[in-house]
Amino acid sequence: MLNSQWFWKCVYGIAVAIVATAALAAPPDKEAVLQAELPGGKFETVLPPAPAVKTTRVAPFRLDRSLVTNAQFARFVKAHPEWRRERVARLFADDKYLSHWNAAGEPAGALARQPVTHVSWFAANAYCEARGARLPGWYEWEFAAAASDRAPDARNDPAWRQQILDWYSRSARGSLPPAGASPANYYGVRDLHGVAWEWVEDAGSMLVSDDGREQGDGSNRFCGVGAATFEQKENYAMLMRIAMLSSMKAAYTSSSMSFRCASGERP
Amino acid sequence: MNKWLVIVMAALLASCGQAPESNVATPDTGGSRKGDFGPPQGEPIHAVLTSPPQVPAATNRKTPAKVIVELEVIEVDREIAEGVTYTFWTFGGTVPGSFIRVRQGDTVEFHLKNHPNSKMPHNIDLHGVTGPGGGAASSFTAPGHRTQFTFKALNQGIYVYHCATAPVGMHVANGMYGLILVEPPEGLPPVDAEYYVMQGDFYTVGKYREKGHQAFDMQKAIDEHATYVLFNGSESALTGPNALKAKTNQNVRLFVGNGGPNLVSSFHVIGEIFDRVQYEGGTKVQENVQTTLIPPGGAAIVEFHTEVPGNYVLVDHAIFRAFNKGALALLEVQGEPRPDIYSGKQVDEMYVGDKLVSTAPVGAAFKSRQAGTLTQAQQIQAGEVLFKGTCSACHQESGQGIPGVFPPLAKSDYLMADHKRAIGIVLNGLTGKVKVNGVDYDSVMPPMSQLNDDEIANILTFALNSWGNENGVVTAAQVKEVRATTKRAEGAAH
Repeated sequence: MLNSQWFWKCVYGIAVAIVATAALAAPPDKEAVLQAELPGGKFETVLPPAPAVKTTRVAPFRLDRSLVTNAQFARFVKAHPEWRRERVARLFADDKYLSHWNAAGEPAGALARQPVTHVSWFAANAYCEARGARLPGWYEWEFAAAASDRAPDARNDPAWRQQILDWYSRSARGSLPPAGASPANYYGVRDLHGVAWEWVEDAGSMLVSDDGREQGDGSNRFCGVGAATFEQKENYAMLMRIAMLSSMKAAYTSSSMSFRCASGERP
Repeated sequence: MNKWLVIVMAALLASCGQAPESNVATPDTGGSRKGDFGPPQGEPIHAVLTSPPQVPAATNRKTPAKVIVELEVIEVDREIAEGVTYTFWTFGGTVPGSFIRVRQGDTVEFHLKNHPNSKMPHNIDLHGVTGPGGGAASSFTAPGHRTQFTFKALNQGIYVYHCATAPVGMHVANGMYGLILVEPPEGLPPVDAEYYVMQGDFYTVGKYREKGHQAFDMQKAIDEHATYVLFNGSESALTGPNALKAKTNQNVRLFVGNGGPNLVSSFHVIGEIFDRVQYEGGTKVQENVQTTLIPPGGAAIVEFHTEVPGNYVLVDHAIFRAFNKGALALLEVQGEPRPDIYSGKQVDEMYVGDKLVSTAPVGAAFKSRQAGTLTQAQQIQAGEVLFKGTCSACHQESGQGIPGVFPPLAKSDYLMADHKRAIGIVLNGLTGKVKVNGVDYDSVMPPMSQLNDDEIANILTFALNSWGNENGVVTAAQVKEVRATTKRAEGAAH
């Protein structure tokens, strides 16, 4: 485990350097992306920052109202050809990267308006950096996703929880809905549930145990999903998000993994 | 152990004479200490995996080998009951997952592939693995990826495997379990048929058999309130054309697992007795067993010899699960009847209280009616028999009924007034207020349309000529006519 952590940090460092270089080389895209303002605040998280600490403080931040679409990502790839399917380094995206686009390397038809999938963490991160934004942190994402359409924190509402869980009870076959098609939540953010998984900036540090039953030994923050350190055990939707994120290395892509960007001071 | 207890037990054993051979002759297998037969020999073998209820052929090997197992995780929408679909997460596309068969001492190179269309990451914990997590930590696999790990199968037996990715309960509840058989070095004794059956409990938002696509219900799973309890993941997995098949005079071996996640199985085959059970999947054998317990995450090997042809029903004998939640499977045994062992029905006659009543007059009346020689006396005789079996519980043998509750038939103005109405009441039942001999009644008589035209005619003829009622005949033709003109009543017995 120690070795893989070192490797991870190394890869991450290289990536940040490359992305920073790319961002300097090309000015941020002038895309009009509507972001919602989120107030932040003290927040009870499923992943406590330290033993016996159940809350964390989330600073005010802005979050994309919906997921990044294939069309938006295609414009980014056009402006940054190093992220084209055939040119990207395998270190930064596996061989399924953008594999759902057509032979010309473009999203065709209805795909254009759907959330982009088959993107690696590196690619998603580069996209947000190019826009002058960043990926949301896990706590930011969790903060935004706790809201229902009426309440800023609906996590204790069993009906709302079951409604979220229903997405996980359907297979991933079939196409995604257009981005932004789901109802806006309390903060005006859409698609946080029931559409796709989402990358978060600190996905790489979510070293959840590969065995969902181990007890945390304190050696890393998030060891032991479903065990001692995971709060709100009945919050299965979050548990699955974290399991999914922890199974994905930063170069991995998946047919149901998308992303959105955030702005504001880094958490 | 208490020293005195040992001495007492030794004395008891000595006083019993020689212990039965089966209790002393079973050698200690030595468990994992004696399960390593050295490095794998020969070329690697690709394991043949089978979908349930099939079982791969015996390995028939005398030496340890390297066995390559490739198992693919696929998330599929499939019928859990007629008209009801559910998203199953599967090992190999089926619930339970593919059956894996290796030999004790084999080195198993395990490849877990997670289909690119999967929504979830998955892993596998094989109970036949010696090592932390049973392989779980080494096999955590994102969608569209594959992992590999290797283990040596040190212990013989039948073992459950399952997914251990958080939330573990949900992955298991969605069907992520199966069996791996680690054969003893000498192999299992040959039998005529081997089958693979695995029980699991399922939790859906909708009720049992509520149509449409049903989502997983987390709260029901936590509360352990199963909507379905199933063999092989579907109500129809092992029934109808999918029934297990065998012939008479065969030895049948069932590998029976329980994936859970919650419920212990009281596994029973109606009409069979297990000659041998390797309970808990272990090495010791129990004989002559009616029902064996199989815990979630456990398995058993049961064997029986077939003698009598017919249908044998596999159930969880926590019996509401069988008849109200789907825990039913069928074994069809074909062959020559064996009346010396099981006769089939030899007598079927009415038993009323302490009296046996022969149904012979009923048959005699029917034959006479067909021959056109039916007499009123025959009708009354047949009707009396039928009345005692069907009507007397309420109207009483005396025809007096129960005052205020069940109206009388004896000297009943209501009965005598309209024979055709009486036929209709027997066929369709009667609910609501009636006045009989000046007394109001307001109760419910269920429809008796399960009786045929002859039977109703005879019952009414009997009633019209008994307890002081005089003269009256109802014919089968009249009943037929009334039956044809009335709609079959809701909830009528048939």
